[in-house]
Parts: sequence; C-alpha cells; structure tokens
Amino acid sequence: MNDIAFPTTNAIGDLVRANFPASSAYIINGILGIAAVLITVALIPVFLVWMERKVAAHFQARLGPMRVGFHGTLQSVADGLKLLFKEVLKPAGADSFGFFLAPILPATASFLVMTIIPFDHHLQVTDLNGGVIYVIAISGLSVFGILLAGWSSNNKYSLLGAMRSGAQLISYEISLAIIMLLIVLVSGTASLREIVLSQQGTVLDWWIFKLPGLGLVAFIMYLISSTAELNRGPFDISEAESELTGGFTTEYSGISFSMFFLAEFVNMFVAGTLTTTFFLGGFLAPQIGLGTVDLLFDAVPGFVWFFLKTCFIIFLFMWFRWSFPRLRVDQLMELEWKVLLPINIIVLVLGAIFVAQGWILP
Amino acid sequence: MEINHLQAPPGFTDTAAAEATTEEYYLNMGPQHPGTHGVLRLVLRLDGENVQEVVPHLGYVHRAIEKMAENQTYLQNIHLTDRLDYLSSFMNNLGLCMAIEKGLGIGVPERGEYIRVMLCELQRIQSHLLWWGVLGMDMGAVTAFLYGFKEREMITDIFEEVCGNRLTMNFFRPGGSSADVPDTFLPRVATVIERLKRALDEYQTLLTDNIIFQERTRGIGVLSREKALSYGCTGPVLRGSGVQYDGRKNNPYSIYERFDFEVPVGQGGDSFDRYLVRMEEMAQSIKIVQQAMETFPTGPYRSKEFSKYRIPTGSYFSQVETARGLLGIYMVADGTAKPYRLKYRSPSFSNLSAINEMAVGYKIADLITIISTLDLVIPDIDR
Repeated sequence: MNDIAFPTTNAIGDLVRANFPASSAYIINGILGIAAVLITVALIPVFLVWMERKVAAHFQARLGPMRVGFHGTLQSVADGLKLLFKEVLKPAGADSFGFFLAPILPATASFLVMTIIPFDHHLQVTDLNGGVIYVIAISGLSVFGILLAGWSSNNKYSLLGAMRSGAQLISYEISLAIIMLLIVLVSGTASLREIVLSQQGTVLDWWIFKLPGLGLVAFIMYLISSTAELNRGPFDISEAESELTGGFTTEYSGISFSMFFLAEFVNMFVAGTLTTTFFLGGFLAPQIGLGTVDLLFDAVPGFVWFFLKTCFIIFLFMWFRWSFPRLRVDQLMELEWKVLLPINIIVLVLGAIFVAQGWILP
Repeated sequence: MEINHLQAPPGFTDTAAAEATTEEYYLNMGPQHPGTHGVLRLVLRLDGENVQEVVPHLGYVHRAIEKMAENQTYLQNIHLTDRLDYLSSFMNNLGLCMAIEKGLGIGVPERGEYIRVMLCELQRIQSHLLWWGVLGMDMGAVTAFLYGFKEREMITDIFEEVCGNRLTMNFFRPGGSSADVPDTFLPRVATVIERLKRALDEYQTLLTDNIIFQERTRGIGVLSREKALSYGCTGPVLRGSGVQYDGRKNNPYSIYERFDFEVPVGQGGDSFDRYLVRMEEMAQSIKIVQQAMETFPTGPYRSKEFSKYRIPTGSYFSQVETARGLLGIYMVADGTAKPYRLKYRSPSFSNLSAINEMAVGYKIADLITIISTLDLVIPDIDR
C-alpha cells in the first residue's frame, strides 16, 4: 500500500505506538479507532434528526422544535431518551429471533462503512485497497435487516414494505455500483483515501468538474440513486406512511425502532460522505485560485470541510424529501431499470473513452 | 403462509381465482389507518401490490343523526347538520334552512343571501385547501399539507370572527343568519382573496406541475361518465368524469344565478381530472366571492324571527352543492315543532360507493390517491 501505518496514523496513534510494543499498539489503536467511530455513529443522528426537523420546518413555513435547548438543539436527545424508555413490544405470532435481530443489521452495516471513511488526511480507521468494493458489499447488508423485519413481524403491512424495500435496494445498488466504478476508473484506485487525493488541486479538479459534463451527470445520478438507496422521500415507498402505516417499522417500538431510525440517519450521513469523497474532493479544502482566500481556506482543518460538504449533500437529500411526492413502486422500478441504469452504463462507457482519450481536465 | 385458505371476508363477490399463479390475500385497511382519513375501513383483496377488489365497511362514526333529528326542534337540528360533513358546515346549514324556509314560506333579505353565498364559497375554498394539502400528504409530499393549511387558516379566522366557531358553524337560521357579519368582514375577505390568488400559483408549482405528481395521478382511478352517473356520484367526482352538473348552476338556489362563474369539467375521469376540477373550482369560488363583494348590500340580514318554528304538514326537499357534491335534504313535517322524518342524501356516501369501480387493477398506492381525490369525509358517510 503505502508507508502510512493503519490503524490511525495521527498524533494519538503515534503516541500509542511510542509507548507500547508494536503488537499491542496495533490493537490499542484499533480499539481507539473503533471507539471513535462508535461515538460518531451515536452522535451523528442526534445532529441530523435536529437538522432534518429544522430543515423540514423551514421548508414548511414553521419553526420546528424551539423549546428544548437553544432553538430545540436538545430535542433529539430528549426524543432519544424517550425512545429508550419505551416498552419494546413484540406482536403475537412474530418470530422472536428475527424480530429482534433485524434492527441490529442495518445499524451494523452503516457502522462498518463508517470505519473506512477518510474524514481527514489522518482521520480514518483503516484504508482498504478495495475500499469501494467494501462499501458496496457492506452497505448491501442493510437490506437483510429490512427484509427480516418485514418477514418476522407477522404483519402484512410490514411484509409489503419489506418486499418493496428489498426490490428497491437491490435495484438501486446496481446504479450506485456503476457510478462508483466510474470513479474508480477515472481515479485509477479503489481506495477511498487515494480517490480523495486524486482530486488535489483547485475546485475544478474535483471529479464533479474534472470530467467535462460527465462528472455532473454522474453526480446527479449518484444523488438520485443514493436517495433511493436510503429509502428516503421521494423514494420512501418501503415506509410510505400514508399507504403502509409504517412499512417494515410498523410493529417496532422503543429501542428496536430507534435502531432503525439511527441506521437511517447514519446511512444518510454515510451516503453524504461517500458523495463528498467521490465527487467533491473529500477533506480537501476548496481552492478557487485566489491566493489569500485559498490560504485562508487551507488553514481550516480538512475534517471541517468534509463535514460541511457532507452536510450540504444531506441538505440536498432533505430538500428532495420535503419537496416531492412519493413515487409508486412500479414507477420506482421503471426509473431504475429504464432510465437510470441505461444512462449510467452510457456514462461509464463515456468515462472509459474519456480516460482512454485523456479528455480529463488537467 | 395460509392466508389464502381463509374464508373470504363478508362483502367480496368472489374469492381468489383458482388459476392464479400467485396467492391472493386480504388486507384490512382501517378503521385506524393514516390513508383513510378517519374511521373508514376498507378490506382489500390483493395480488401482491395489485388491488383486486375493495369492500368498504361503514358505520364506525354512526351517530344516528337522522333519528336524533326526529326528537329535536328545527332550530336544534341546524347544529346537527354541522356534524355531517364538518368541512362544509355552512352549506349543510344552508340546506336545512332552505328546506325550513320552503316549509314556512319565508324569504331571506338581500344581505342575508349575500352573507350566505359568500360564506359558502369561502368554505368551499377552505375545504378544497384542506383536501389539497391532504392529497399531497397522502402522496408523500408533507410540505403541501402545511402549505394548504397556511391559507386555510386565514379563512378559518374570518369564520371565527363572523360566528365564533372554526369548524362547526351553526350560523345560518331560517330567514337569514344568526348574526350580521362584522364591519371587518369585507376587508378581511379582500386580503384573503389577494393572498389566495398568489397561493394558487404556488400550489401549481409545488404539486400540479410536478412530474411525479402527474405520473401518480394521470390515468389512475378512471371513473367513466356512465359509471359516475349510475353510482350517483356528484360534485367534483362527477364533474371530473366529464358530466357538467353543478347544483349551483343547474338547479340554482339562493342567489347563485346572479353570479358569473364557470363549472369546470374534466375529460377522462382520472385522479388528475378530479384534482384539476377542484383546483379550478377554487378559482371560480374566488370569482364569486369577488363579485359578491362588489355588490354587497346593506339592510337587514335576517327576516322576522319566529318564536317557534312549526312547519305545516307535508314533505319538503332542498339541495345544496357542498364542497363534496350534492347534499339533499328531505324533510317530512307533521305540523309540530319537530320534523317527522329528516333524510340526508350525503355526497360522500355515493362517491365512496364507486371506489371498487375505480381502484380495481391499480396498486395500493393508487388506492390511497383515489380515496384522497374522492375527498371523503367519513362522518358524512355514516351520519
């Protein structure tokens, strides 16, 4: 790979390596990295739930939560605590094993993906050579949780929601994978960190602009597919409150419901981070070619830029959700198989031609 | 799963087809379901996502309003009409008052008629705004719900100022209304009308022109002209199917014949047509209110009150075009202060009866849209 020693090559990692023998330092660093990711996973939804409620409220000409903390900042903490203390109910006839296993799977999947996200130059638990493939493989896990939840709930609404979701996730994964493949193709690496580093330079060196025209198309395609992959509006047919009451989460309450809830928001964050990594230069500061401004931007730590870009993408997801009506299940499939997939394949082929011809912005 | 071995629930015409390659199953939608707008219960026979048959079950909010009517005086009955279709309470009041006026042979002063028409048309807009928002929510566009309520709130505030109530008005009386409108009425209506015109454009952008919305409603839930007539559908549902019938135009009551307005008609009878008809109805109602504002007269708002309303023996009928369709009121009087029999022909009941005709062959999601474009008010169905 390279000379960077994973896990954790930052100051804390060096400190641990300096004070412990190599083998135990390796383990301690690993545990520290995982603990950091765990804390992030636990805190991200708290912020995102608040953000979602605020964004939704302002789209809908109202204020949203205002009472708990400054501008309702502690509202999601209060909600989380409430969910924790709620009784966990299991419907009669539900399969205990599947019913209680199901909420854990999507949360685990999103947690695992978080471990390879490059938050900054030296803020990444581990950098796999085949990071992109790892992402595709692991994020596919969440569909098991949803299918299992629907199947074990012993409820027809849950089952319908799960079946919709299963079909949807599997279909849209193809589109996502093709766009990821395009990025791998143009950047020449499958490691997420290397993909970010391949976008060094000015803003125009980000993959969204670096491939003339094509990058923007790929970015939009990736956004649409990600929204569908996240089960969020306008593609939220698996929850579809007005149709299926709550889809696969109908029978869940308390902590098991909040696991699904948590997974949904962490997944949204992961989708935002991946979009940032692939198209918006990851943790790199936006360089616009003006000396002073560039210096100023460069002084801001990379992870700040990373979170800002991710929040922008998440804001786009929220914008979609609070603007559009929901698609129907067959329209969703049509959109994927008849529109997105052909376009994506064409984009991939064009990308290959671009690379072969060297039509990439210098 | 052994679902298909269950016996078919009551009301279904036939059970699962023997040659079907997939297992059909029954799904109980409601009485507690977010998509049925109240306590309507639908039992569906489904093949996967496809609706094969819909059987509505009614009676979850049956309050025996028609029976109660026989034990209450005519004036006391007016407040019961509020509870039929609670979104058209002014129009329901008007229907009963017109029947009583027929029985007594009394008229309404000019100002009283103007108050009635203006309030009824404002309420039609108010009701359609709520329908618009709920339709959006049923299709997953929750923002539409709050936008609809934003403008609706302004109209509701006017009603509150006029009669003290926001939903169940109990305002019209035989010969006029229970009170005059306040001086602030006309200016406030003018403000709302200006606001509404802009809002309707906004709605156009938010939902009508949205490609997803059009895909979800065009060609969905088609109700042919013949079927609409044979099921006795009225109101926007009937007009959406291409029948130009509006109680205000074809059997004018009150002073509707004085105003210039059009009756929008759809072509194909699908969900989108019903949607467009209602959107255009709002614009037409604005037109009526504006015309009424220009010629709003002074003078008494109510003809002479009676100490007791005794209606001569006989039967009387009146009908009004509510926001949902024709409300017919058939009143049998026996000379006492209470009606011998009071029968309401409620529009939602007939509109709901066509649901199986419209929903079969479409998906569950379409069924929700269809219920929404029927604009059902469940207490109006059950009474």
